[in-house]
Amino acid sequence: MSKMIRTAPTTAFQEMPDDNMIICRCEEITKGEIRRAVYDGFRTTNEVKRWLRCGMGLCQGQTCQRNFQNIIARELGIPVAELGIITGRCPVRPVEIQTFADEVVNAEEA
Amino acid sequence: MKRYEMIIVGAGPAGLSAAIEAAALGMDVAVFDENARPGGQLFKQIHKFFGSKEHHAKERGFRIGEDLLKQAEETGVHVFLNATVMGIYDEKEVMVKMDGQVVHYKADTVIIATGAAENMIPFKGWDTPGVIGAGAAQALMNLQGVMPGKRVLMVGSGNVGLVVSFQLLQAGCEVAAVIDAAPRIGGYGVHASKVARTGVPFMTRHTVVEALGTDRVEGAVIAEVDSHFQPIPGTEKTLDVDTICIAVGLSPMSQLADSAGCQMEFAPRRGGNVPVVDEFGETSVRGVYCAGDVAGIEEASSAMLLGRISAAHAAVSLGYLDQESFDQRVSSYHASLGQLREGMFAPQNRGRTDITQTDEGFAISQSLLAHGYVTEEELKAFPAAATGKKGIHPVIECTQNIPCDPCQDACKFGCIKVGSNITKLPVVDPDHTCSGCGMCVACCSGQAIFLVDETYEPGFATVGIPYEFVPYPEPGSKGTALDRSGAPVCEAEVISCKAARAMDKTALLTMKVPVEFASTARFYQA
Repeated sequence: MSKMIRTAPTTAFQEMPDDNMIICRCEEITKGEIRRAVYDGFRTTNEVKRWLRCGMGLCQGQTCQRNFQNIIARELGIPVAELGIITGRCPVRPVEIQTFADEVVNAEEA
Repeated sequence: MKRYEMIIVGAGPAGLSAAIEAAALGMDVAVFDENARPGGQLFKQIHKFFGSKEHHAKERGFRIGEDLLKQAEETGVHVFLNATVMGIYDEKEVMVKMDGQVVHYKADTVIIATGAAENMIPFKGWDTPGVIGAGAAQALMNLQGVMPGKRVLMVGSGNVGLVVSFQLLQAGCEVAAVIDAAPRIGGYGVHASKVARTGVPFMTRHTVVEALGTDRVEGAVIAEVDSHFQPIPGTEKTLDVDTICIAVGLSPMSQLADSAGCQMEFAPRRGGNVPVVDEFGETSVRGVYCAGDVAGIEEASSAMLLGRISAAHAAVSLGYLDQESFDQRVSSYHASLGQLREGMFAPQNRGRTDITQTDEGFAISQSLLAHGYVTEEELKAFPAAATGKKGIHPVIECTQNIPCDPCQDACKFGCIKVGSNITKLPVVDPDHTCSGCGMCVACCSGQAIFLVDETYEPGFATVGIPYEFVPYPEPGSKGTALDRSGAPVCEAEVISCKAARAMDKTALLTMKVPVEFASTARFYQA
């Protein structure tokens, strides 16, 4: 794992007219919330994700990650590549707890 | 734990091709796919593919999917549908959600072929019903038989945006415009041209800023963008549309590779977060491969070869293939892949704006890049597009080096030549007679070949065009001939509409126009 540089914003948070626009549809997180998180001290993709839950819903970040990364990168004035990515973890798709509990380790022959 | 010699995640073009390759060599192969139907995106693809014969050129995507499924069955591949792979653990333990349970399998080799998902761009109202991905539009039209809307704005002019725009027109939708924030159209010129000649306007340097409507899309506001892709205030225009279709690129679905411990990298040219792979698609975890769009966005023809390469490498590592056969096999796959990766749209040329000439030294049409069609003046640089000959003859308006050559096998008289470098532009042999059969017209996946006869009748010419709209017009019916930009130019009378079985539903529509429009009339509007 490469070392993450946590750049701080150089200016104070300012509201923008499109701050109420939803960016993460699954968890209904707005652009304003993501921008504010950067000023509240969350500076990498995973930090913002854990703080706001954006990227933790049904799409698991497949749709929104790129968009909220762009917002963080623009606030900090750094390239997206420096923000790191959402850690891919099992289960990579949503699964019902009931199903998850019904585990078959020794499957029959197909 | 049930063990397979190879587990493949995803039954799309890469996954199925890998499965066929490995199973044909005697390996015990299982393919898991989360969808109810196999084939990945192939069954949505109703257009004819590019490439050469070995890449299934001029076959429609869904037919390629059917072929792959048949081969998978014949080679004894176990295909599990509605089976979602949720994680890959140490020692290639694969966890699958299927039949309401979580089932664990072991594999000697794993090929991740999960493909990619569409990108979305946020703008005011982008979460309003009626804003959909281009892939969703395709699924509605081509799988479910449902029109996504009546009037559609297409955002994005890459091949996906262009192909889906044409399919929307075929389904009976109106396409209000194709817009792109970039200064030039991103996809193949021939794909743009077949949309432009129906009258769809292209607007480069434009983006969508707002979806109007509260419960559903009732309009779209677009605006011009500056060199930093920011909307320029005061340039807003409102379009009367009920659907906004987004086709702004794809992102690899690479989370499984990450969860399997593969080294990842951020590579914008390959589409975003992708696993680091070698020339055989093997990741940093030995025996775990990534093939197809998941390892870098390309297209289905490349994905099929990449799947085969990874499977062959897995086979040699398990002793199902000796080194010499492997080298032979894979060098031919790599050569074939190399053909697809040539030309101005090749992955290594993505984003380049300094290509101003074709390989042959002809000036690339600027109008094509900006407006989606080649002007008559610009076409004069291309010998194959020349008109003014006696009798019926092909006019080939193919002006960019793209990997494609079905036209050279189409003419039984050998009138059209591309050669072994399939990105070269086709050449028309002037000494050959043309029978007017129309096979070249139907074989051209880019619908860029026309049959022109300027000596049809005194004062009148015929223009034969590729036509893929139903119902076909009856002979004798009258309509309007449109030029390459979609502007009406003259009255046209349909002489015939020929759709032989070998033409695979691309009809040759022959229309009679005044002779002075022989080199301008390129579409028929009933």
